[in-house]
This record gives sequence, structure tokens and C-alpha cells, in this order.
Amino acid sequence: MADNSTDILEQRVEQEYQAGFVTDVEQETFPPGLDEDVIRKLSAKKREPEWMTEWRLSAYRKWLEMKEPTWANITYKPVDYQAISYYSAPKSQADGPKSLDEVDPEILRTYEKLGIPLHEQQMLAGVAVDAVFDSVSVATTFREKLAEAGVIFCPISEAIREHPELVKKYLGSVVPQGDNFFAALNSAVFSDGSFVYIPKGVKCPMELSTYFRINAMNTGQFERTLIIAEEGAKVSYLEGCTAPMRDENQLHAAVVELYAHADADIKYSTVQNWYPGDRETGVGGIFNFVTKRGLAAGRRAKISWTQVETGSSITWKYPSCVLKGDGSVGEFYSVALSKGRQQADTGTKMIHVGKNTTSTIISKGISAGHGQNTYRGQVKILKGADNARNFSQCDSMLIGDQCGAHTFPYIDVQNPSAGMEHEASTSKIGEDQIFYCNQRGIDTEDALSMIVNGFCKEVFNELPMEFAVEARKLLEISLEGSVG
Amino acid sequence: MSLLHVKNLHVRVEETEILKGVDLEVNMGEVHAIMGPNGSGKSTLAQVLAGREEYEVTEGQVLYKGQDLLELPPEDRAREGLFMAFQYPVEIPGVSNVYFLKAALNAIRKHREQEEMDAMEFLSYVREKMKVVKMEETLLQRPVNEGFSGGEKKRNEIFHMAVLDPVLGILDETDSGLDIDALKIVAEGVNSLRSEKRSFVVITHYQRLLNYIVPNHVHVLVDGKIVRSGGKELAEELEDKGYVWLEDKLEMPVGV
Repeated sequence: MADNSTDILEQRVEQEYQAGFVTDVEQETFPPGLDEDVIRKLSAKKREPEWMTEWRLSAYRKWLEMKEPTWANITYKPVDYQAISYYSAPKSQADGPKSLDEVDPEILRTYEKLGIPLHEQQMLAGVAVDAVFDSVSVATTFREKLAEAGVIFCPISEAIREHPELVKKYLGSVVPQGDNFFAALNSAVFSDGSFVYIPKGVKCPMELSTYFRINAMNTGQFERTLIIAEEGAKVSYLEGCTAPMRDENQLHAAVVELYAHADADIKYSTVQNWYPGDRETGVGGIFNFVTKRGLAAGRRAKISWTQVETGSSITWKYPSCVLKGDGSVGEFYSVALSKGRQQADTGTKMIHVGKNTTSTIISKGISAGHGQNTYRGQVKILKGADNARNFSQCDSMLIGDQCGAHTFPYIDVQNPSAGMEHEASTSKIGEDQIFYCNQRGIDTEDALSMIVNGFCKEVFNELPMEFAVEARKLLEISLEGSVG
Repeated sequence: MSLLHVKNLHVRVEETEILKGVDLEVNMGEVHAIMGPNGSGKSTLAQVLAGREEYEVTEGQVLYKGQDLLELPPEDRAREGLFMAFQYPVEIPGVSNVYFLKAALNAIRKHREQEEMDAMEFLSYVREKMKVVKMEETLLQRPVNEGFSGGEKKRNEIFHMAVLDPVLGILDETDSGLDIDALKIVAEGVNSLRSEKRSFVVITHYQRLLNYIVPNHVHVLVDGKIVRSGGKELAEELEDKGYVWLEDKLEMPVGV
């Protein structure tokens, strides 16, 4: 391609990029600190309507009354909420590394092993690139195809302006402003995130994933996602990225709300691999405090969470289902890996409200190095939930003798017709298993990843195909050097 | 040159000396049986040959194909054609038998600079090998040894051996816990793998297995030493008289 035509293409792609995705292009960052003025300014910057500003302020006032939770099985240095800047325009070239040479070589090695194309590597590492040809054009095509099906998929900041009636109706309907400390903070200051609306009877024609990979860049530390599936609608949403992402925000407090009407089906999959911090000291890692909840509002609605959590220095996350509609279904499939100095306290809540509701929990915790892994789950069966059924299985695997696995299941049954099953196991990757593999010609590193992947199989089976392959690879990379 | 040559092997686990100077020479194509009472060190010998770390070799030498076997990590021993059928096969949940074997065979092939097999090729290869121990197809897809009966586990070990096509097969009490029908299937499997290009070391407590797998040589291991060696008739003699017969004679010089 001649230089000239490359220039034109670049310009064109850049235009589309600006028009399609980035709404604010100021190079401005607020000074650290949080008060009502900051929230008003933030809302003004985002050109939000008055009701949205008020909504944020009311959340802020609730947050002021709340205390940071201390019940989780994690320890970290207190976060100074006045030392954070609550508004930062999209990254400028000046902020990021100038080239991949400036990026942590270990991260680059991971990119290579995952087979991530160079352009995308640069983007993930935060290297300023003017145009990411393939991805942007792909994203645009997807957007058109989705629009044809009547699906709305856009940044939530755009939805606030263009679909206010939907946002007003559903925002905070599943995770109320005052739900918990981090959710309240997020409600007050959320930066951006995704909005998905699937109309009645529509099966979303594609996994909402590739698009998101681009869309998710620089949404900031307070991400807000809202997914609504009308009656009989169906959607599968993939969040996150298998590659470690450069990020200078240490605190992440995200909120995800899923709303499923009768016979709707929402499947939400996450692969989270934020920077875990220094292997020895844990310094620099992300604190990931996330509130995720789905409401199965109508009859036979279904909410399914699948997560593979391998990153962050602290993970505090309990994707939950409120099973309100009769016959509604909730699922939670989770793999959480803690190594180095990582701490994960994660699990789920299944609240059975309607009759004949069923829930399934499959949790696989893996601890290596000095990692601490906690499963915390609650199954609550309310008085009116006749014939509710729950099956829970929590398995922990230990690699080495410096790590820990903990399980805290809470069960609250208020209806005698409920049926509950709970299975739990803890296993240590045995020398026996490794030796058995060795004796068949398989070396220790391959043996380890084979054994761990086998352990996680039930969860990986729930992931969309290509995501499962990446998750498997990611686990392999994460486990390197864990044994011998 | 012999395939396996064990010279004056001394082995300890923690503070206890278990093998106290074992000598054994196995030539290509031979089947050697090692018999002995419980605690005599039979399984230790198998584990040390396969490369288990907890066992410390304090004295002696093992040559395999003329090279120092004890220098090699266990996976390299396997890749060089040494196979051990485990007394207690290990379960690997979530990993299918067929996937496991494909990974193993390809690791071995890679080591031998042969081309790795793809899934289709491997499947037809494996189907052929299943006949050796009358494996049912379902055992291919099930996780390695998980939920297998005792007999299925032992059959699976022989099946692994058939697939991986070793030069030296070590059977560590493969007959323990098998009923007579399972024992026959396992023995038939082993017999079908006997050839001039493959040797076996069969470790057993009972003579019974040797009715089906007829050895060229029988050695009796008592208290960490081979106290008696002979032909297959030695096994029959032991069956009649028991190990006590040999233990009593220990004070006397024995022909090795």
C-alpha cells in the first residue's frame, strides 16, 4: 500500500473511532478529591441531564453515611478516597509508554504466548497508537449488524443521553445506590461502561465480545454496565481480556446490573487478568471491588455468570442472582487463581424468591505461591420460594505449602420444601499425580497445567469456545514456575 | 550389552535403608520376575528405576541402554522407553484418558524426533491398542482412572503400556487386587506385548501371576537383597514352601 493511501485510511479510521466510541476528547484530569462539586463537574463534563446529576449526588450522600466493609478475608492498606482523581479524560499520547520497549517484559512475554496481534498488544499495554485498523473496522461492522437486530450496544454515557427512558428505569434497579460501600461510590462517580438492550424475542446475533475488547479501553476505574433483556430475549456477553492490561488506577469499583424479563436468558462471562502486583511484595496490583448482580425478574428467566479470575492483587467479587420470577434459574461458574501475594475473596449469592427456582454454583479455587483464596457464598431461600433447588460444589486446589484455601458457605432456608445439596473438597496437587504424568513422558510444567485444567473443566465448558481456549492458555501461563 | 544393569544398588528413604546392594541384569527380550515378602523392597526397586524423588540412592549404579539411568529425570526415562505400571494408578480428574495418552505419546515422539500425531491419527492408533486389553471405548473418554474399578485401573496401565510402546516394562504388583478373570486379561495383554525388542521386570508377591506370564528368570528379594535367583521353577518352589523357607536360610551362603 502506498504511503498516501495509508494516510487516508488512517485518517478515516480515526474519524470513525472518534465518532463511534470516544465522546470526550479533552485532555483534562480533575485534581484529586471528592465532594458534591466534583460530582457536578464530572456530570457536566459528560454532558449529562439534570436527573443523572441528581442520581449521582443522592448516591454520594448515601456513600458518606457508609463504612468500608471489613468482613472479607483480605488485608490491604486503607484506600484514601480523597487522593483519587475522579475524572480523567481518555489517555493522551503523553501518558503512556512511547513504545513496547518501555513495557514490562514479563507482560510482553504473556502477550506473545497468548498469540495477541501486535496492534492489540500495543493497545493493551497502553502504547499510543493512532489507529487499530482491523479492530476498529470489525467493531463498526458489528455495530451495524447489531443495530439491524434492534440491539442497542453502546457506552453507558451515550445511553444516558440517547436512551434516557431505559437508563432511568433500570439503572440501580438491580444494585441500588446504597447497596454497599463500593456500589454507592460507583453510583456517584462511575466513569463509563457498557449498555446493552435486547428487545423482546430477539436472540442477539453474536457474542458481545470483540467489540467490547475495544470498547472497554480506558473506561476508567469506576465501570458501570447495564444489560437488559426483554421477554424471550437472549444475549451472551463477554467481559474483559485475557491479557494483562496496563492500568495506573489501583482501585477498581465496578457495578454490573443484569435485568432479565420472562423467558429471557443472559449469560455473562468474565476473564479478568488485571495486573496482580509484584510477585514478592504485591506492590502495584489492582484492588478489584466489584458488585455484580442479575435479577431474573420474570418467569423462567435465566441468569448465568461464568468467571475466570486470575489477576488483581485483591479480588472482592460476588456475582449474584435474585431469582424472583417463578421457575427462574441462576448459575455461577467460577475459577479463581491466587498466586504470588494475591488475595481473592469471591463467590456468589443466590436469592430464591419465586417458586420452583433453581440455582447451581460450581466454584474452583486454586492457590499457589503465597496466594490466599476464599470462596464465600450465600444461598437464601425465602418463605414463598416453594420447591426451590440449589446445588453447590466448591473445590479448592493447593499448589505448594505456602498458600491457603478457605470456604465460607452461608445457607438460609425459610421454606421447608427447599432442596439443597452442597459438596466441597480440598486437594493438594499431589506429587503422585505429577510423578504419574512424568512417568508417562510428560514434563512437570505440562503436567501441572493439565491437572489444573482438568480441575477447572466444568467451568471452562461454560465459556464460549474461543474464550475457553484463551482462558486455558492464560491459566497455563499464570502457573508457570509454581512447581519445582 | 544388557538393557538394564543394576549394580550394588543401595537406597534409603529418610533414615531407613531399604535396598542393601541389589544386582540385576536384564537382557533384551527377557522377562524377569522379582518376588519377595511384604516390605522386602520390591516396590522401592520399581520406584527408584522409574525416578521417584523421595528415594535416595546412597551407593551403586544403574545402567540403562548403557547410560546412567539415575542421572535422568523421570520424564526422560519414560521418553527413553522405560515404563512402569503403577501398583496404585493415580486419578487425574477432568483429564480424559485419551487426551492424557495423546499428550504422553507425543511428548515421547517429540523426544525421539518423530512427528507428533494429530487427533485423527491418534484415535485410530489407539483403537488398535485397545484390543490388547479388551478396553471398552467408554474408558477412553473418562477421566484418567477416576471412578475406575480396581481391575479397570490395572487394565488401563497395560493399555497405557501398549500405546506408549516401551522398551522396558516394569510391572509393580500389577496382580494385586485382581480377580482371576481380570488377571488373565492383564496377563494376556502383557504376553501379546512380549517380543525380542522388549523386556519386562515383573514384580509380584504371589506366584499366581507367573502361571500366566512365564518369566525367563526369577529373583527373590528379601530384606533389601536378592537372595536367590533361578528359572521359573523357583517361583513354584516358593509357592510350596513360602518365603520363610528362604528367610531361614539367609544365614547360609546362597547362590546368586
